[in-house]
Amino acid sequence: MSSTITLEQPFDSTKSKKSSNSLWADGWRRLKKNKVAVVSAWIIVVTCLVGGLAEWLAPHPFDEQYIEHILQPPGSQFLLGTDNLGRDLLSRLIYGARMSMAVGILTAIISLIFGTLYGSVSGWLGGRVDSLMMRFIDILYSIPTLVLLILMKVIFDSIVLFENPELRALTGILAALSVVGWVTLARVVRGQVLQVKQMAYVESARALGAKGMWIVIRHVFPNILGPIVVLLTFQIPSNILYESFLSFLGLGLQPPYSSWGVLANEGWKSLRTYPHLMIAPGVALFITMLAFNLFGDGLRDAFDPQMKGR
Amino acid sequence: MRDRLYFLLGPAFALTILFIVGLSFFAYEVPVALWAACGILGVAVFVYYTISQNNVTYVIKRSLESILTIWVIATLTFMLLRVLPGGPFDQEKALPPEVMANIEKKYQLDKPIYTQYWNYISGVAVADLGESYKYIGRNISDIVAETLPVSIQLGVYSLILAFILGIPAGLISAARHNTWVDSLTMGAAISGVALPSFLVAPVLILIFSFGLGWFEPALWEGPAYYVLPVIVLGTRPAAVIARLTRASVLEVIRADYIRTARAKGLSEKKILFKHVLKNSLIPVLTYSGPLAAGIITGTFIIEQIFAIPGMGKHLVNSVTNRDYPLILGTTLVFSLALVLANLVVDLLYSYFDPRIQLT
Repeated sequence: MSSTITLEQPFDSTKSKKSSNSLWADGWRRLKKNKVAVVSAWIIVVTCLVGGLAEWLAPHPFDEQYIEHILQPPGSQFLLGTDNLGRDLLSRLIYGARMSMAVGILTAIISLIFGTLYGSVSGWLGGRVDSLMMRFIDILYSIPTLVLLILMKVIFDSIVLFENPELRALTGILAALSVVGWVTLARVVRGQVLQVKQMAYVESARALGAKGMWIVIRHVFPNILGPIVVLLTFQIPSNILYESFLSFLGLGLQPPYSSWGVLANEGWKSLRTYPHLMIAPGVALFITMLAFNLFGDGLRDAFDPQMKGR
Repeated sequence: MRDRLYFLLGPAFALTILFIVGLSFFAYEVPVALWAACGILGVAVFVYYTISQNNVTYVIKRSLESILTIWVIATLTFMLLRVLPGGPFDQEKALPPEVMANIEKKYQLDKPIYTQYWNYISGVAVADLGESYKYIGRNISDIVAETLPVSIQLGVYSLILAFILGIPAGLISAARHNTWVDSLTMGAAISGVALPSFLVAPVLILIFSFGLGWFEPALWEGPAYYVLPVIVLGTRPAAVIARLTRASVLEVIRADYIRTARAKGLSEKKILFKHVLKNSLIPVLTYSGPLAAGIITGTFIIEQIFAIPGMGKHLVNSVTNRDYPLILGTTLVFSLALVLANLVVDLLYSYFDPRIQLT
């Protein structure tokens, strides 16, 4: 008698409540347990805030030249020293955070929109359309990334979309990085849609008379959201990296604007004599990249258990 | 009999390649006979392998597709270049119209666009890539022939480094899953992924070149010059490969046939090297195709930092200079490398996993 009671007990008490949690709540709980991911998330949030509040946080304007204080080592007036034009490095670093994060996040969002549209259309329609659309992506892949980036940047730089000088400096690089970035997302979204398309719930939705578009929005998207969010988290650092690559080469953001790549480029020129000019943006870039990658790993482990550890 | 031939050809080819890599690394001249032997062995392995796996039709089909792909890329790039603002001969001070007209006539830029396109494509078909605008009087083929070998050399060393670091690291990390060895290796790997090469390079130059004086900070003239750029270029791929290998090994370890191997009483070592490793290299293989193509055709940033006379420089500077033939030429070399690398990778799939059928 007593044994039956103990058998039933776990079912009607706390445990049943836990198992009724949705996939998202489950993932959220797993994510919060992962200390590395939580710390990384905080680093990302703080970096975003620092970039967003640059006007209030930076001790000096990013383009103000203090002619009598050129190339100063770190000190009390200029916490991280000044560069070869007498600009405060800390302020440039803070404004650099704004540019680098803006490029990373905005590009990820733009490529997300295009990639998801393209990938879901391709995967949902299937057949000839699908193979044609995928062939186009293969061709984009076969053009060297750097060449495509520079070509697109030159083309988009000549188009004036915004009056705001800060935004105008960004358009070329945003557009170029998006043209390169959406391709990966489109591929993954297509693969996911192809998988979900085979599921029984999609079939039953169709049997009930739901239209194609409705099924995609209501049934397919929610089920592929996990992998997309994870991929997006990895796209942001890769965008930041590409931006800094381009800026390091002098092909990205143009002066006087600063991003971490621009600062690294300026520091590289005087590496031997004034290494602090390279170290500061380098450390900032490394920590941010690390935080995004670790957070992405944590997110994947939490929300995409099948992919755990990859 | 067929197997015996394969076991002779494969290792012979691999040994020849290793020998060439070794010779060139220590800056010895590689004899022409060795190149020829390597080429013949390579073709022999490829043909033998294709026939023995019944892939002849597949290879022919893929080759035809590749030609189509390359034609589309040539066309697309050609059109993109015409959309670019600014022409190849724009200068601060505008040239007199007569001079400009003469230059345009020389390079046939005065002809209608479809004539230019036709001339270009028919040139590509017979491997004539035209003459550079920037380096006057020099053929694109000459420029590529001069710079590509350097990039290939750098690329191959870095790839080798990436594989011999990445795969064992991933394997060890997976075998010691959730121990401090695993955490340490994966910590190093994720740092490798997060570190941009233009930050690693200066640090290494500062320490090993300016500080200790072991290696040369720039140029490409001997082993002391090779070490730093190869390490910088190889780090990131090594880190990615380590992560891929680890994830894949962890998955394969759970497979039924590994349980069978354990039940048979095989030792852990034998299971790991004989059954797990080969089956878990598929993701690494997928990653290697584009990686090899990209690394071998030159990486601009490394070549810039270390002043290496490779092709990466032209891949980027040609765009800034609007040197149309050079952009098209280097892009096509990259595309060709990518198409070839992907073909080899696809053929290797069925070697690593015989269940994979190529169609």
